[in-house]
Amino acid sequence: MHAAPSILPFVFDRVSYAVGATQILYDISFELAARTRTVILGPNGAGKSVTLRLCHGLLTPTGGTVRWAGAYGGDPARRQAMVFQRPVMLRRSALANVAYGLKLAGLDRAAREARARDMLERVGLAPLADRPARVLSGGEQQRLALARAWALRPEVLFLDEPTASLDPAASNAVEEIIKAIDASGTKIVMTTHNLGQAHRLADEILFLDRGRLVERASADRFFKVPATAEAAAFIKGELP
Amino acid sequence: MTDVGAAFMAAIGLIAGLDAPLIEIVALSLQISLSAVAIACILGLPLGAAVTLGRFRFRHSAIVTLNALMGLPPVVVGLFVYLMLSRAGPLGALGLLFTPPAMIIAQAILITPIIAALSRQIIEDAWIEYEEQLRSLGAPPRRAVWTLIWDTRFSLVTVVLAGFGRAAAEVGAVIIVGGNIDGVTRVMTTAIALETSKGDLPLALGLGIILMALVLAANAAAYTLKEAAQRRFG
Repeated sequence: MHAAPSILPFVFDRVSYAVGATQILYDISFELAARTRTVILGPNGAGKSVTLRLCHGLLTPTGGTVRWAGAYGGDPARRQAMVFQRPVMLRRSALANVAYGLKLAGLDRAAREARARDMLERVGLAPLADRPARVLSGGEQQRLALARAWALRPEVLFLDEPTASLDPAASNAVEEIIKAIDASGTKIVMTTHNLGQAHRLADEILFLDRGRLVERASADRFFKVPATAEAAAFIKGELP
Repeated sequence: MTDVGAAFMAAIGLIAGLDAPLIEIVALSLQISLSAVAIACILGLPLGAAVTLGRFRFRHSAIVTLNALMGLPPVVVGLFVYLMLSRAGPLGALGLLFTPPAMIIAQAILITPIIAALSRQIIEDAWIEYEEQLRSLGAPPRRAVWTLIWDTRFSLVTVVLAGFGRAAAEVGAVIIVGGNIDGVTRVMTTAIALETSKGDLPLALGLGIILMALVLAANAAAYTLKEAAQRRFG
């Protein structure tokens, strides 16, 4: 689906982030490669959302560097998208919300409309295409946000706690869409504090605690034999 | 008391009978104030949005200045426009003084800061909600401005209306630059001022009633629209 060259790998090099005197992230380094589902896991306040925003370029690190190290020559911002914890819906129809992002991406009217309809179909919102987006339920809005991001055919999709405010059924629908986006060839980078969700979706785990990257491991190893006491405690505390 | 009562009844009679001079004055008032509101919107809405999104050095000074300019005294605006448009002024060659366009200019100057300052507040609140999403989607600033204006359109109607109310009700600016010439530049407020000083209370009262009714109707319409839109679009 994506023509080479790629924007990946993404390099997070000795990054720290502070707001005034409050240090939020301390000296974090990692690389993100293609084709794996990366889940940034950790308790509330660990710095997961800030990390994701630094990756996506919404925030600028106060120390260290972030860079897209792939061979792609253009603007990496055009090849990534993000879905937020609370979806921000524009005051227009569901269809127009998806088409809006496509217009910014430079598609002409007919192409926008066709792709937007296709995306709504894929996330199961086709019957609601003409509804004002803001009157949709929370779960429907989050699916619409996923459709809007997916429509851009990003190489990397960042998701910030996409199910945190949803009920189990809606969460499940969102997870299924995330799997479909992954299957379409987009790299998934997602934050969550929900262990079950991390278990279901992650290939690899970045475990953050109080602003530090405590552990990085394949999902299998992380859940079976966590290498650090913090991770072990988090897994134990969260599992039933 | 009976004089006032009689004048009031006569005023109702003028309105009910669609008195020709009265209708003419009302029509000209609407034409001038609505034109001024249109110009002020074209200038003020993007200005309000620009101050919201702009990352320029004197942003805070700009906000304070805009807020302060909401209280511009109409007579001072009238004097300023008069000086600009008078024969000896820099724009005197245009020959606009004592014409409706001069009145439109004066009212537009008066209400542009109101529309800019009030819309800035509304657009800024929306920007706080939308900023990350719009930046993530790669919206350039100009596009973001129009998106915010469009998305707050129902709230902005109230702002436009505040501008209209101010324009329609002010007398100081239009009487200086318009001159209150019968049949040419006489609007509701200048007519009320004149007729009151002449002692022709029925016409003054009739115009006053219409002015009040217009502003009330416009506000009621805007409120209804906003409520309906909020129910429909969330």
